Amino acid sequence: MLRVEARHALGDLPLDVVLRVEPGECLALAGPSGAGKTSILRVAAGLLRPERGLVEANGETWLDTERGIDVPAECRRCGYVFQHYALFPHLSAWQNVAYPLRRLPRADRRARALALLDRFGLADRADARPPTLSGGERQRVAVARALARDPDVLLLDEPLSALDASTRAAAARELGGVLGASDAPTVLVTHDFAEAAQLGDRVGIVDQGRVVQLGTASDLAAAPRSAFVADFTGAVVLTGIARSGDDGLTHVELDGGGTVTTTEHGHGAVAVSIYPWEITIEPPGDEAHGSVQNHLAVEVLSITTVGNRVRLGLSGPQPLVAEITQTSAERLGLHAGAKVTATWKAAATRLVAT
Amino acid sequence: MTRPGWFSALLGVCLAAALTFLTLPVVAIFVDSSPGDLIASLGEPGALDALWLSLRTTAAAIAIILLVGTPAAYLLATRSFRGKAAVVTLIELPLVLPPAVAGIALLAAVGPSGILGGAIEAAGIELSLTTAGVVVALTFVASPFYVRQAMASFAAVDRTLLDASRTLGASEAHGFLRVMIPLAMPGLAAGTALALGRALGEFGATLMFAGSFQGITQTVPLAIYDRFSTDFDSALALSAVLVAVSAAILLSVKLVRGGEALGVVAR
Repeated sequence: MLRVEARHALGDLPLDVVLRVEPGECLALAGPSGAGKTSILRVAAGLLRPERGLVEANGETWLDTERGIDVPAECRRCGYVFQHYALFPHLSAWQNVAYPLRRLPRADRRARALALLDRFGLADRADARPPTLSGGERQRVAVARALARDPDVLLLDEPLSALDASTRAAAARELGGVLGASDAPTVLVTHDFAEAAQLGDRVGIVDQGRVVQLGTASDLAAAPRSAFVADFTGAVVLTGIARSGDDGLTHVELDGGGTVTTTEHGHGAVAVSIYPWEITIEPPGDEAHGSVQNHLAVEVLSITTVGNRVRLGLSGPQPLVAEITQTSAERLGLHAGAKVTATWKAAATRLVAT
Repeated sequence: MTRPGWFSALLGVCLAAALTFLTLPVVAIFVDSSPGDLIASLGEPGALDALWLSLRTTAAAIAIILLVGTPAAYLLATRSFRGKAAVVTLIELPLVLPPAVAGIALLAAVGPSGILGGAIEAAGIELSLTTAGVVVALTFVASPFYVRQAMASFAAVDRTLLDASRTLGASEAHGFLRVMIPLAMPGLAAGTALALGRALGEFGATLMFAGSFQGITQTVPLAIYDRFSTDFDSALALSAVLVAVSAAILLSVKLVRGGEALGVVAR
């Protein structure tokens, strides 16, 4: 278990957070840049001392400003993946991974580093220096290095933002697997809500040094507590079990009932993401006339005006959000409690690993 | 419409003038003394003594500068505290001090009747007119060259790497040795070369503070001055040796670092 509480005046930006992360859980902190996300990680790691704060990991107190406890960063067992990875450019990949293993005998150090690199598919890059590695390789070396001494806590600062779009999806899937296999409480920081939804068991939205809302990604998307959160959570996330159909499409049995069809391929436990503006709303019982594949009977929970659009909180088998124009909402005569059908195309339905 | 060729021409003329002015005297040393003269003059009593003394005292001074100057430069580059600018200025002061003033200042501080003279004598150490005194003079004059350069090199290393080192369980001292020093190495080497050159050529402060006794305090520059009025050829030969040694140092730094180190100096 990791507990972080911090109050700190960072120049103009005050930091005021209270977080609890369970073993094996990944808490994703999402928010715009400058919101104070990285500062929270630095407090947990001991790189930033807040004016008042408390950090507890695995039953040990790392920081308690009330009692004057402040364990130095090098004595806190936490794996930290820095935003640009902060690999030592003068050391090879395996020497980077072996850096935290100084207390092991020389031969064991290399063997353990190589085993870790092998786990990340980097065995043949062990002797390469970071400047010669690709972005994806650097990211994996950084994660391997952070995991090298079995940290009590794992902290990741924008682990995917330095990657280009073509490698990010694969790297995200891979990182999701690594985080799933780790039983250390994990805090991951990102400015991308979709990434937070994909990698975090819970997502905290950070704004101006505070966690303004905390919950599962789909809870946040469906029931944003403020216009800021509503705006920040771009996508709807639904979970279910995928299987391939005879028609070459993938059908996902949603947890809680209902089926969703997607043109993407996958099987087993998956998450489905749809952008709210790709969802159209139709009167109930009017489906199956057009080309649209996905239809879910839902009830309107909330109607929030965002500019010239209207954001609808919908309760179906799982909560979802649709975004339609003000004009359409008026034409349909929508109100809280109205029964409607949410529809969207199979091609607009993305599969993400859970 | 005229092409702006005249400006390029002006730049070229200025470079040619600078190059001629700076290299002609050095070239003249070698033109004036044949290799035979050179070797013969080295056999002369005193010449080898001076060369050997110069190398020993310079090596000792550089060792002291590296051991004390490197951590001090690291501190100045990585911490901020009140009065830091003043500290840096004080450390850089010997750079602009005339050598004669440096010699007088050393006498006033650690000479026999200087403010610390009594304490040093009581400790059984004799500095003025001894080889140890030469080392003190060289260290005083040459260390700012190294510390300045080292500070800039440490400051240029990404501080996140030091944070990374700490989160990986390494003490700051370990990060200093294993991360900061290797990454600042090109700059540290350049600073060392500058300090070496300055120490090897030191004249004024050594003469004032340590005197000019053959085999004890008479380094090569002092030996050159000693011969200059009586035996010009021998002075010329020793100068040639000093030029050769200095050039060798400069060149070896350039070769080791592939020119990178001197790029850092130029920055």
